[in-house]
Amino acid sequence: MKLDGYDTGGFYDEMFHADGTPRPASALLAQRLTALPLDELQRRRQAAERALLTMGITFNVYGDAAGTEKIFPFDIVPRIVDAADFAPIERGLAQRIRALNLFIDDVYHEQKIVRDGVVPRDVLETSKGFLPQCVGLAPPRGIWCHVTGTDLVRDGDGTFLVLEDNLRCPSGVSYVLENRSVMKRTLPQVFEASRVRPVDAYPSRLLETLQQVRPRGVESPTVVLLTPGSYNSAYFEHSFLAQQMGIELVEGGDLVVLDGYVQMRTTRGFQRVDVIYRRIDDTFLDPRAFRADSLLGVPGLMEVYARGRVTLANAPGTGVADDKVIYAWVPKMIRYYLGEDAILPNVPTYVCREPSELSHVLANLEKLVVKAANESGGYGMLVGPASTAAERDAFRDKIRANPRNYIAQPTLALSRVPTMIDDHLEGRHVDLRPYVLYGEDVFVLPGGLTRVALKKGSLVVNSSQGGGSKDTWVLSEPTPHATQTQVGGGR
Amino acid sequence: MLSRVADSVYWMNRYVERAENVARFVDVNLNLLLDMPDGADQQWAPLVATTGDDAYFREKYGAPTRENVLQFLTFDAEYGSSILSCLRAARENARSVREIISSEMWEQVNKAFLTVSAAASRPGVLDTPHDFYTDVKLAAHLFVGITYITMTHNEAWHFGRLGRLLERADKTSRIVDVKYFLLLPDPHDVGTPWDELQWVSLLKSASALEMYRKRFGRIEPARVVEFLLLDRKFPRSVLYCATKGERSLHAITGATAETAATSAEVALGRLRGELEQGDIRGIVAGGLHEYLDGFQDRLNGVGDAIHETFFAPRPVGGEPLDTPSQ
Repeated sequence: MKLDGYDTGGFYDEMFHADGTPRPASALLAQRLTALPLDELQRRRQAAERALLTMGITFNVYGDAAGTEKIFPFDIVPRIVDAADFAPIERGLAQRIRALNLFIDDVYHEQKIVRDGVVPRDVLETSKGFLPQCVGLAPPRGIWCHVTGTDLVRDGDGTFLVLEDNLRCPSGVSYVLENRSVMKRTLPQVFEASRVRPVDAYPSRLLETLQQVRPRGVESPTVVLLTPGSYNSAYFEHSFLAQQMGIELVEGGDLVVLDGYVQMRTTRGFQRVDVIYRRIDDTFLDPRAFRADSLLGVPGLMEVYARGRVTLANAPGTGVADDKVIYAWVPKMIRYYLGEDAILPNVPTYVCREPSELSHVLANLEKLVVKAANESGGYGMLVGPASTAAERDAFRDKIRANPRNYIAQPTLALSRVPTMIDDHLEGRHVDLRPYVLYGEDVFVLPGGLTRVALKKGSLVVNSSQGGGSKDTWVLSEPTPHATQTQVGGGR
Repeated sequence: MLSRVADSVYWMNRYVERAENVARFVDVNLNLLLDMPDGADQQWAPLVATTGDDAYFREKYGAPTRENVLQFLTFDAEYGSSILSCLRAARENARSVREIISSEMWEQVNKAFLTVSAAASRPGVLDTPHDFYTDVKLAAHLFVGITYITMTHNEAWHFGRLGRLLERADKTSRIVDVKYFLLLPDPHDVGTPWDELQWVSLLKSASALEMYRKRFGRIEPARVVEFLLLDRKFPRSVLYCATKGERSLHAITGATAETAATSAEVALGRLRGELEQGDIRGIVAGGLHEYLDGFQDRLNGVGDAIHETFFAPRPVGGEPLDTPSQ
């Protein structure tokens, strides 16, 4: 396939310099893509799509009576992240997650960070993610956010920035694993020559993490994955992870609180459950503690949890730390708890509760991206440059009515990655969600979910809004041996 | 294993088996009618009777014409035992236990449902019904074969086999009941070619004609009934289903016939024992219909006992935690 017509369009392109020459880490991939005939590439793309269908890697579409399952669109051109670029991500995420975890623990205990005036009290108290039911609780090892998926973007000069923290039930890791397995089949030669760091260990690491945070006094814990059920949009992932970890996939109705413990109904009677990797939201966990109308949860669960007789991962209450307003304080938290500067910067953020910043936001809506504090999936958001005057007016009223609930960020020139569009490559904007596990130690998966906005010019990568995904190849440092062989090939 | 999962695997298999049985009954009837003298339309009523849902049928469709009965048994989305509904239910059950069954099993159930569901909206499918019902039967056979060779024969597998066998025992006993009731009362027909044709069709409904011939040769009503109820080796006979079903139950609990303790094992063991000691002359003399009625009651009892024992465990002695917090 010819790559000469490719246009970086003035954006930071992760594969090519502005002059069209490939970046060093992508040189091999560019060379192989050029060498592949177009029809061969098309054939491989179709094979990859077929493989995803057969594996049943689908998500359910809400509001569709026929129960349609769709494939998450997949692009066969991988995204390459060089070792030197990923090293600070690994260190930066580990640092960030430790600080956020300390913040959550502090918030539900002494609230020193508020008393010391670092985070304003009203910001904390008006956060919808702050659950009074969690005050005073002490999860095993003091760990609240066991599984995190932090969204990163690259700006116009290629710098990685944190866009948002997802500390509740981040999804998508199954696509990372399945995309990889498809890519290995689709471009095996390129893959082999590229020193790509493996991601396959994720399910084992996740299981280890869950076992490490078992309740005190339990030797070999029974771990289960709690799903809302087969109609949930992420059910495939729940089922996939349970299968890969070899643990039971349970629904609320399978669990019952009995004799002071959580037990599951099995064909041999009741069996005690020690660790629950729950993929249902906090407020659905226990109708006695939270929403009384929840049919998904387990009555009495929070009580057992409060007594330390079952571990919930993630712990209830973590949502307070991925509030989009509290996000603005994360660099200060890192300094406060760890005495370090943040390795990964935030996207510059205007907090509308500050009067001076509010007036700036209201005056510049057409240039900004505005987000509501507790929305996700691309909802409750205004992308200024793509908005109409009427939309901006409506948003201006919403912000004025409840400034605490909004932040604004400059519209970023997100980096782009070459993507197969029909029969050629075009640049498309991407983000990156690496997954972080926190048990005895912090583990950052060397890879992550690259979501790509398939619509030309679009900055929104969510699958519900026309996004697709790519395999993410994090390269390892070349070993001295490999370098020697390359250089002195004829030795 | 989880009770809900066992329940789903059990019902997934029951529904696939049910869909296959319906397809077989319909197909055999269609064939039979080609050889029939006039007044063939009466022959659709027994098929409705086999389902035990005559009331629903009369209410919704009225007369048991070919067209009405085919629609009812094949594509009626509101009727739970139509082929379409059975496969939908099988698929829903499979969907909720995808991490337990093999992906090949899931794909096969999914494909079977999608095929029938597409056929339901395609006009003219039932103009050449034989091809369609053959496809349904083969899809079900393929599912059973795939299950046999791709899934570990573990507890879940045994729950699946148990469901399939109990469903089959139920359907075989029903078809014997209905056919016998309809066939025997008319002494004028006894010994006519038409009579033999009917008994042959009964055997075909259970895919049993060839195997029956190997065992007994001549078609004799009592032998036909004996073969379908009491044969030890024919996989659609009621005794065979009970015997293998009991073995699966023991495999699930780890017990033997001697040590069996659950109410499900006791109930199925008793049923199997009665069949083993059954004597066809005595059964017919005492009234086949009454015998089969009693059998189906006890078979339902086995189903209930399985539900109570494995799918809906109740706490013994334990009290739910209900004290105020801290």
